[in-house]
Amino acid sequence: MIRPMTHALVLFVMCWLSAASVKAQDVPLVADLANHLVAITTGFTGTNVLLFGATNGPGDIVVVVRGPAKYEVVRRKDRFGPIWANASAIVFHDVPSYYRVASNRPLDEFVPEALLESRQIGANAVRMPTRDVRSEAEIADFRAALMRLKAEQNLYGEVVGNVTQMSNRLFRTELYFPANVPTGTYMVEVYLFREGQITSAEIVPLTISKIGVGADIFDFAHGKFAFLYGLVMIMLAGSAGWVASAVFRRV
Amino acid sequence: MQIYLPIAEISVNIFLILGLGGAVGLLSGLFGVGGGFLMTPLLIFIGVPPAVAVGTQAAQSVASSVSGTLAHQRRGNLDLLMGAVLTAGGFVGSGVGVWLFNELKYAGHIDLTISLGYVIFLGIVGSFMLAESLPGVLNRRPVAVALAARGPTRHPWMTALPFKMRFRRSKLYVSALIPLALGFVVGLLVAMMGVGGGFLMVPVMIYLLGMPTQVVIGTSLFQITFVTAGTALLQATVNQSVDLVLALLLMVVGVVGAQIGARLSARIKGEHLRVMLGLIVLAVALRLALDLVIKPSDIFSLTGSEGS
Repeated sequence: MIRPMTHALVLFVMCWLSAASVKAQDVPLVADLANHLVAITTGFTGTNVLLFGATNGPGDIVVVVRGPAKYEVVRRKDRFGPIWANASAIVFHDVPSYYRVASNRPLDEFVPEALLESRQIGANAVRMPTRDVRSEAEIADFRAALMRLKAEQNLYGEVVGNVTQMSNRLFRTELYFPANVPTGTYMVEVYLFREGQITSAEIVPLTISKIGVGADIFDFAHGKFAFLYGLVMIMLAGSAGWVASAVFRRV
Repeated sequence: MQIYLPIAEISVNIFLILGLGGAVGLLSGLFGVGGGFLMTPLLIFIGVPPAVAVGTQAAQSVASSVSGTLAHQRRGNLDLLMGAVLTAGGFVGSGVGVWLFNELKYAGHIDLTISLGYVIFLGIVGSFMLAESLPGVLNRRPVAVALAARGPTRHPWMTALPFKMRFRRSKLYVSALIPLALGFVVGLLVAMMGVGGGFLMVPVMIYLLGMPTQVVIGTSLFQITFVTAGTALLQATVNQSVDLVLALLLMVVGVVGAQIGARLSARIKGEHLRVMLGLIVLAVALRLALDLVIKPSDIFSLTGSEGS
């Protein structure tokens, strides 16, 4: 029901944008999201958000989505006698909880390595400092594990070729957010590359938050009234037990 | 149909949860056990974070033990004084347990502790059940009868302990330290493993303390009700790890399953029931033990700021 309508709307906006971009030739890049809020409701199983925009001529488009930064503890198991148990751990700081790159063709074809590094484009270029004193090889090992585990959780990824361009003016891509997506404010960075340089860039914020009953429950459980939440919980449980015993005594 | 669990922060199939809750409820009614020892590992298997599985299971145990306690109280099978002393010990144990849980979580050893705890306790209980009921099935004299015939084993150290109290309904005159210690261990188990602890308390009360069997079940259920409630409250306040949606789903089907199970149990022979339960318990223990021993497919794991 809703999807065809949004598509029609997007098409309209895109036409308008391209018309606008013809008039205002000096704006090299405009981009926006079809939706600035991803609502995690009780039925949430992941979603796509459409990113669309226009450029004032040919160029390569790179889209980087970063979730709120958190710390991550990576643990490695070792063998203790017959049992595998967590042995060593490294804490990484400023780790984006979600990180995804999309582009119209492979990054190494048009972006110099140094630029990827300085702009932290591509999961390998993301800086994640650690205060743990370890050998460089060990840190690299743990970092690689962090990347792999995040990718397995569908939270990290690089997608080549899913930015589609039309007549060198319009572009669009679908950003995927899985069911386990962390909540918070996301930054969607859109870069326009020409001859290996960033010609223009735009940042569009995106909010991912829990909405509805689930959100209310989460806020209740995590807020000042956590004790009250627990009390409500056991009163519900107690009365469920009481009702069950009362009902089944008569059956 | 998927449903998003607000505290566990994962999306699960609602029918899977209802099915699990109903099946475990059925078993719990069939065998007269709390079912937490099966539910907690199952929840962890399907991806619920261990802390949430344990906290939620504690809340869910409140529902099943309340209905059990009420049934026994009506028949007068309840020693209130004994229950109160056990509960006092249980609250201390649960407080220590929740604190220890947090420390181990921080140190990265909570999953291992939970699994190891389950392997040890389920291994012991499963073996005991089989040892007790298999001879009966094979038409021999069951160990339980032999044990009961011998009477309670009163060890000298038990009679030497101070703070003696008289428990009228239990027909006991023992040191209050013994039920306090027993309650403490059960509280620890509830907080750290999300089990009611009945499987430990009932044999100890019958065989070690020598309480009359009919009073044992009601009194242990009474203690479990208060200790699980206290633990759920503590877990909700300290760790924010009780999922209301998950607990309610499990409760509704669990309660119905338990009543159906209780009715079914009348048609199956007691020894056969105990052999079946013993086998299930051992199977869960074995599965958990294998996970600890076999080389994990990925030796790395992430325990980041999730849930904080």
